[in-house]
Amino acid sequence: MARMNMIEAIRSAHEVMMEKDPTVVVLGQDVGYFGGVFRCTDGLQRKFGEHRVIDAPISEGGIIGTAIGMGVNGLRPVAEIQFADYIYPGFDQIVSELARLRYRSGGDFFSPVTIRTPCGGGIHGGQTHSQSPEAIFTHVSGIKTVMPSNPYDAKGLLISAIESDDPVVFFEPKRIYNGPFDGDPEKPAISWNTHPKGEVPEGYYTVPLGQAVITRPGNDITIITYGTLVHIAIAAAAATGVDCEIIDVRTMAPLDVVTLTDSVKKTGRCLIAHEATQFGGYGAELTATIQKECFYDLEAPIGRVAGWDTPYPHAFEWQYFPGLKRMSAGINNVMEQE
Amino acid sequence: MTTKSRLHIPQPNARPGDKPDFSYLNLAPAGSADKPGTDARTRDIEFLSSGLVRVLDDDHVAKGPWNPDFDATQLQVGLRWMLLNRVFDERMWQIQRQGRISFYMQATGEEAVSIAQGMALRPGDMCFPSYRNQGLFMYRGVKLVDMMCQCLSNTRDMCQGRQLPIMYHSKSGNVFSISGNLGTQYPHAVGWAMASAIKGEDHIAATWVGDGSTAEADFHHALTFAAVYQAPVILNIVNNQWAISTFQGTAGGERRPFAARGLGLGIPGIRVDGNDLLAVYAVTTWAAERARHGRGPTLIELVTYRGGAHSTSDDPSKYRPKDEWAAFPLGDPIERLKQHMISQGSWSEKKHEQLTTELKKEVKAAWKEAQQYGTMTEGPWLNPATMFDDVFANQPRNLETQCHRMLEIESGD
Repeated sequence: MARMNMIEAIRSAHEVMMEKDPTVVVLGQDVGYFGGVFRCTDGLQRKFGEHRVIDAPISEGGIIGTAIGMGVNGLRPVAEIQFADYIYPGFDQIVSELARLRYRSGGDFFSPVTIRTPCGGGIHGGQTHSQSPEAIFTHVSGIKTVMPSNPYDAKGLLISAIESDDPVVFFEPKRIYNGPFDGDPEKPAISWNTHPKGEVPEGYYTVPLGQAVITRPGNDITIITYGTLVHIAIAAAAATGVDCEIIDVRTMAPLDVVTLTDSVKKTGRCLIAHEATQFGGYGAELTATIQKECFYDLEAPIGRVAGWDTPYPHAFEWQYFPGLKRMSAGINNVMEQE
Repeated sequence: MTTKSRLHIPQPNARPGDKPDFSYLNLAPAGSADKPGTDARTRDIEFLSSGLVRVLDDDHVAKGPWNPDFDATQLQVGLRWMLLNRVFDERMWQIQRQGRISFYMQATGEEAVSIAQGMALRPGDMCFPSYRNQGLFMYRGVKLVDMMCQCLSNTRDMCQGRQLPIMYHSKSGNVFSISGNLGTQYPHAVGWAMASAIKGEDHIAATWVGDGSTAEADFHHALTFAAVYQAPVILNIVNNQWAISTFQGTAGGERRPFAARGLGLGIPGIRVDGNDLLAVYAVTTWAAERARHGRGPTLIELVTYRGGAHSTSDDPSKYRPKDEWAAFPLGDPIERLKQHMISQGSWSEKKHEQLTTELKKEVKAAWKEAQQYGTMTEGPWLNPATMFDDVFANQPRNLETQCHRMLEIESGD
């Protein structure tokens, strides 16, 4: 076991897979010589050469489109899009091509591309470096959508994503790259050093796609969340004193319905939380599913905590971000209802 | 002999620790490029895309058919605004390093692009800038204090706190809102220019993109539309050699110059010394005249060098030699114009020093004023309720509800 932050864990997943499988290649902007603007591919080009770690032109559509072609020709590409906010020029390639290739060719063609991209706010990035567009991708049939909340899961899930014959969009909440975050930007940054999930095996292991995990067991209310907000939920459970069961969804699509519904059937209450905007968000899908499966067990309407339905404002980052206050209010609100 | 396909991996000539090597830059002596009429056919002027239009030679003498014959006042205007751009950038960089703004991007070494092109365009022409065109905003009359307030996201911020620092706009100055996403402004400029032609006006559009961002599909969309409809637009590629850590070869600049990107579509290209204010002014005036006379788009490649880091989040010493800028054969645009003016007798080191001091004072005063409208740590503050404005023309119900909720939470309710 080693101590790793999320960046090191992601880097390690690349390294393990590139050693294990010579068909794994990496491409993206600044990923090669420089090692990525967040250092997630640091040293990989030196180790595996320029034919396996490719500095790409600034063309997200080109990166994803050529990754699809490489995948069709037997490689297993891992494409980095420097910020999730910049993924849209590649959107047609993801939606119309990558997601449907297997389906439209009757299973004859597929392309096992993994697209990694840092997402989320809390880093003072304004509207072009803070978005959480996961729901847009969960809406597309044929794409697996993943977002880890800690280094251990990040490495294990990324290895699973790379090994998956289905395309995966892998969101990395950049606010927690270097340490967990309880929602208070005034506090000094905490590192993954002392966090149990900062302990990461150096070699190969997987965290399976499509499995949620109970991060904190509890009896009074189920909080279903993922990414940075897992840590906000933990802080809110402590702040409110409510015995919350916190579920980290980890894979948004395909969704592990059973873990979610078993928990809500037990607690009878449910709060859904994500950083992305609320309207038409992933929480709406979760709400519909929980409502259908757990209707007679619910003691209160399902609550939602999410980003406001505006672009991510630079000046009001902490009023926009669904932090401790909103999470706690969300918990209390669901708890108060009969 | 058997041959196997092998990827070509573009390699910069120099990485950290290496001696800077710009031997790949195809240079030409100042004054050597012919200046065709603006009615020339693209096929007859292809040489302009592979050569290099230069007016100022290595001894700072202006020569050749592209010399715009600036008088002393015009020269001083050019110098003043370039110097202001530099002084402003230096101060704002410092301010970011002190933690007083969240982010900044300098145009160090590229000032001639914005200033010369700003001078060559008419006020009614619309600019669609990239993020390193702050000089355009300055030249087009945006006050320094307003630019600083934008960087501070304070109560006088033109973007109302919604954008990262440097993502300016100026409705009255005809400069479009900077996006942050790369190359997206290129088709906007073409569309704006098409509208100008549809409306029968003689305003033209101009837009800027970096060498790296020419790889974006939007660049190619824009060229196609501009060529098909012969839109009155100037398409500028600022080739500053580096796109964060990747050099211009990674964007495809190794075999043909970026100026040649439009030739296949019949768009004439001009490759110009981007650090020569006079040459940049001359080619831009030429392209503007073509556009205004219904002769369509021109693609201009401005050969320059990104003298500083990509942004305050970047450390270029990790991927390029520290002394690379000093070795750049086209030098520093400010120093070159200054030396030209001195050799002409209209300028002196002393005057230059005075001007620098004056501009520093101006910038310092603007910063003092800007802080009165709020800083990151001191009020006055924008009302957070404004974050729900302008999502739509009229606020829909869900945003109204969320706004109330946000205010309740912020007030501890």
